Amino acid sequence: MSVPILIPHASGTNRDLEAAQAIELAGGTPTIAHVNELRSGAVQIADHAAILLPGGFSYGDALGAGGRLALELRTWFADELTAAAEASRPMLGICNGFQVLVKAGLLPGPMDKPRSVTLTENAEGKFECRWVTLQVEPSCRSGWLGVVGGTTIRCPIAHGEGRVAVSDDTAAAHLEDGLVAFRYLADGARPASDDPVAAGGMYPANPNGSVNDIAGICDDTGNIVGLMPHPEDHVLDWQRPSGPEGGSGLPLFEAFVAAAR
Amino acid sequence: MTVRIDVTAPDDPRGSSVVANARLVGVDGLTSCRVTRVHHVDGALSPEELDRLCREVLIDPVVDEAVIDGVTPPQGRVVEVALMPGATDPDARELERAAANLGLPEIRVVTARRYDLIGDLSDTDVATITRRMLANDTIEISTEGELPAEFAGAASADVRVDDVPLAELSDDDLLRLSKNRVLSLDLTEMQAIQAHFAAEGRPPTDAELETLAQTWSEHCVHKTFRARINLTHTSSDGEVTVSSEDGLLPALRKVTEELDPPWLRSAFVDDAGIVAFDDHHDVAFKVETHNHPSALEPFGGANTGVGGVVRDIIGVSARPIACTDVLCFGPADLPDDELPTGVLHPRRIRDGVVAGIGDYGNKLGLPTVNGSVLYDPGYVGNPLVYCGALGILPHGSHPTEPQVGDRIISLGGRVGRDGIHGATFSSAGMDASTVDHVGSAVQIGDPIIEKGLIEVIERARDAKLYNAITDCGAGGFSSSVGEMGEDLGVEVDLSEVPLKYPGLQPWEIWISEAQERVVIAVPPAKLEALQTLCDAWDVEVTDLGRFTGDQRLVVHYGDTGVVDMPMAFLHDGIPRQELVGAWTDPAPVEVTTPVPTAAQVLQLLAHPNVASKENIIRRYDHEVRGGTVVRPYVGPEADGPADAAVLKPLGTEGHKAVVLSNGICPSVGRHDPHAMALLAMDEAVRNLVAVGGDPDQVAVLDNFCWGDPTKPDRLGSLVRAVQGCTDGARTYRMPFISGKDSLFNEFDGEAIPGTLLISALGLVPDLRRAVDSAGMQTGDDLWLVGANEGALGGSLASDLFDLGATRVPTPLHDPLPRYRAIHAAICDGKVTAAHDCSEGGIAVAVSEMAIAARLGVSVVVPLDGLDPFTALVNEAPGRLVLSAAREHRDAVGAFLGDHGRHLGEVTAGDDVVFHLLDPVQGEDSNLEPIRIPLADAVSALTHGPSGPTKGATA
Repeated sequence: MSVPILIPHASGTNRDLEAAQAIELAGGTPTIAHVNELRSGAVQIADHAAILLPGGFSYGDALGAGGRLALELRTWFADELTAAAEASRPMLGICNGFQVLVKAGLLPGPMDKPRSVTLTENAEGKFECRWVTLQVEPSCRSGWLGVVGGTTIRCPIAHGEGRVAVSDDTAAAHLEDGLVAFRYLADGARPASDDPVAAGGMYPANPNGSVNDIAGICDDTGNIVGLMPHPEDHVLDWQRPSGPEGGSGLPLFEAFVAAAR
Repeated sequence: MTVRIDVTAPDDPRGSSVVANARLVGVDGLTSCRVTRVHHVDGALSPEELDRLCREVLIDPVVDEAVIDGVTPPQGRVVEVALMPGATDPDARELERAAANLGLPEIRVVTARRYDLIGDLSDTDVATITRRMLANDTIEISTEGELPAEFAGAASADVRVDDVPLAELSDDDLLRLSKNRVLSLDLTEMQAIQAHFAAEGRPPTDAELETLAQTWSEHCVHKTFRARINLTHTSSDGEVTVSSEDGLLPALRKVTEELDPPWLRSAFVDDAGIVAFDDHHDVAFKVETHNHPSALEPFGGANTGVGGVVRDIIGVSARPIACTDVLCFGPADLPDDELPTGVLHPRRIRDGVVAGIGDYGNKLGLPTVNGSVLYDPGYVGNPLVYCGALGILPHGSHPTEPQVGDRIISLGGRVGRDGIHGATFSSAGMDASTVDHVGSAVQIGDPIIEKGLIEVIERARDAKLYNAITDCGAGGFSSSVGEMGEDLGVEVDLSEVPLKYPGLQPWEIWISEAQERVVIAVPPAKLEALQTLCDAWDVEVTDLGRFTGDQRLVVHYGDTGVVDMPMAFLHDGIPRQELVGAWTDPAPVEVTTPVPTAAQVLQLLAHPNVASKENIIRRYDHEVRGGTVVRPYVGPEADGPADAAVLKPLGTEGHKAVVLSNGICPSVGRHDPHAMALLAMDEAVRNLVAVGGDPDQVAVLDNFCWGDPTKPDRLGSLVRAVQGCTDGARTYRMPFISGKDSLFNEFDGEAIPGTLLISALGLVPDLRRAVDSAGMQTGDDLWLVGANEGALGGSLASDLFDLGATRVPTPLHDPLPRYRAIHAAICDGKVTAAHDCSEGGIAVAVSEMAIAARLGVSVVVPLDGLDPFTALVNEAPGRLVLSAAREHRDAVGAFLGDHGRHLGEVTAGDDVVFHLLDPVQGEDSNLEPIRIPLADAVSALTHGPSGPTKGATA
């Protein structure tokens, strides 16, 4: 049975093709559609079993990464997104897609509460591209992600605004209540920071200074998941460079497609 | 009503980078810096609406603080910086669009940056920080204190087309006119124009004169490369040979025609060269230069350099899939008092260029995978920025025949006054006053607009919506439309061209090099489909006019005539130049070499031209599109430099991959430009073969950056380099498929060292067999391919240890057999790692492999009749170090034959050991070996000349 997965494209989106490749390898049927086509109704969000917001620089990341597309989601597609949430359809945001979901208030959500989590400038103050090791947080409450809970993934990061920041300790504690979906590991073996409360682990294992080495989070329902690194760039054996152990990103996409099925 | 909104993230890391950089420019008193984004919003917003705009769009509630409708109280010395009115400002545009998203009344926005400089600062300190770090007055305005909002182009000027009387002008007057209008035309060219319009019985319009200047510019027509040149070549023993070159470009093309390999699809005729990839796809490759703009405004210059070369790829209907960059700067540690007036410090140029390349390539979603960075005092006044791009297209899908009646359609960005005279400005030398005359030539790119062009052109090509395409670059419409309509003739109306702001005169619209535009020829029946496609992808469409069939270039602005010239004069009226070149080979120098030491090897590794460029490379996304097989840095710690990039194009079948490499050795060219060309070609092939590329299917691009070709010494060296290229193309059986010459790279009459970049494009038959410099295992054999040679001219060792050598290595006469042998061994899976010997010779190559693999090595350096120092550091071509399992020793030996010999082994130890032979006592008696702890080698390569305790990176 075909599992239609929507990959929205806004001007400046650029990892949509790799995302589509990963979805195909995981058994899904991807459709890349420009936001304008979604808006005009030429492509219907409701016709899709899941949504994958891909990486890139939507609208050039003007006014803060992902902020402009986040505004479009809120102003143009609020009803469709609510309907998708009510139908428990999984949603995955990668890199810019993660930034969009956070800026739109969908992660960690809910949308109607003031935001207490954001993604902002890397602690090093610059764009950075390198391979990292992630662990799918075993205690994450996301049901579909739980299928691959505890596994490690080797994949690249490529971002300038990937630091997970929180407004205060309460917000940080809230994330630790099952909303942390991915953490950066050192050498693929142990959490980058020995002290899970400390803000930021060792560079470059934690490449951006994210609080508590958080690489990705989910919402209260666990349906919506986002992360900064790019598991879609490691779904084939030859894509992995030499270096620390750590698995492929493909099981993550298989879990995502399975949940949409 | 204009409202000011200040937004600050108190822990914005850009503030601390200002503090770190201030120390590098000698200001130690700055203790902290607060960076504020300033937005001036003009429109009829209610306070509630303004609040909503801020909450929904401008202010991140987690990290930002804001002052709405007011100014942040100063915390220190305040400096504000804004783009000049009319410059590309994506933040402003997106805020305007966001207001529309929210259903708010229309607004206009300009933005600025504000810096609160906190610490003990003198007026001079503030001025230094502002001038050297915060603002570039080529494109920005800055002030201490608050900067008022300035909106562009408030007033619309009357449309004017002026005649430029030429009939009465003397030769001096003609030259003065050429200089004053930045036409960069010489006397014979001005006289040809004068004669043409005398025959027409009327003066040219401003637009006609400008059109001719653009089309006839060195940048567009490559007149030096088409000129007849008499070369006087004096050998080092005084023997004089006089020869005549009937055009350098025809000579390069002729070799390609001779070689004519079956996989060659298109060479020299289009915006990029094209070769076959597999049965279904071709790949297109182009490298451009953007030197002068990068000298004046490094970020914008490099930014638009990437944008320009990517458009060259779009201009052959290909989907861009990768970028390359090769950069030449003055020394990063140049003392301030050695910096000429009117020149930005090399460190600032480097940082701006790197940021500009990263910004554009990353935002286009293109991996930047191959390049080099060279530091040399010769580039202080005139840096070099080579930007390359690779694209892929289905075989036979690129249409090149416009038809009479086709519409001339411009897609993409709007036209502004930015980018006027870029083509002609790059065709003259620079000095301290350059910025005052041609600041308008410098632009900042808008990659998201170009990304839209990539998406639209790929789809329009597949739907066969156009009959011809060209990129809109140097010379703007005048050049792109003029070229496209060369055979048919065109009629254009400029009155409907969308402008960034009002007030442009027709000639300015016509020649503006505003970025992110392509021009296509579209049959009228397909316009509607094109419009629908472009609407879906947010790409603006402008109908400029039509292809007429009357072989004339006709331009109107509404009812006003702007240009009316025969295409024949525009394209064939330029007088052919006759030039004179002279080259004298340097006298050979007796070189005394030292006894080799571990310290020297560490110095070589730490030299800026060898030391790690990770700080630069990691600013570029080299993973996007998921096809990167061999990355710029390899090994378990991802810090060993790779030889070349291997890429698997997304969406292609099988395991075939593309390989990109380069060769560049300007220090050789100082002594022998002919050898430089051959050695650069060898380096490019060596690098390509080292990762698994097939030496029998390599296409190359030439990029010549030279000084003023009207000066015989510059031209003599250029001609020798071109002769080296044609000799090399035959020797290596590698056709040139495209190229670029950037001349007039001079500052205050000082030319850069003539610099040839060879960029190579090849294929890896099976990416699973690709190797890198790090893959060796403990116990592996190390093999050396090729022989040492004593000539140290142009070598890193000669420069670093002041040896003064002038004799350069001898180019190879028959290089292919050894490269085929290596390739066969790699394809058979017998080679675990490979690395080429270039700067620093065997010393650096072996050390880099050990660093990359984090394994010990032990080698015996073969003397080949030389002294031990020379054997260790010479840069003879054709040499690679390979590793292979000991069990395959016989098989590898059989593959390599006489080309290879045993060099040493990979050890379980943690040091790099070079065993040295004693040339006097014969090869049985060893000298004390050089032993370098691996950790020291890593530290030297990673931290460079300033050592591991280096302060903030600039």
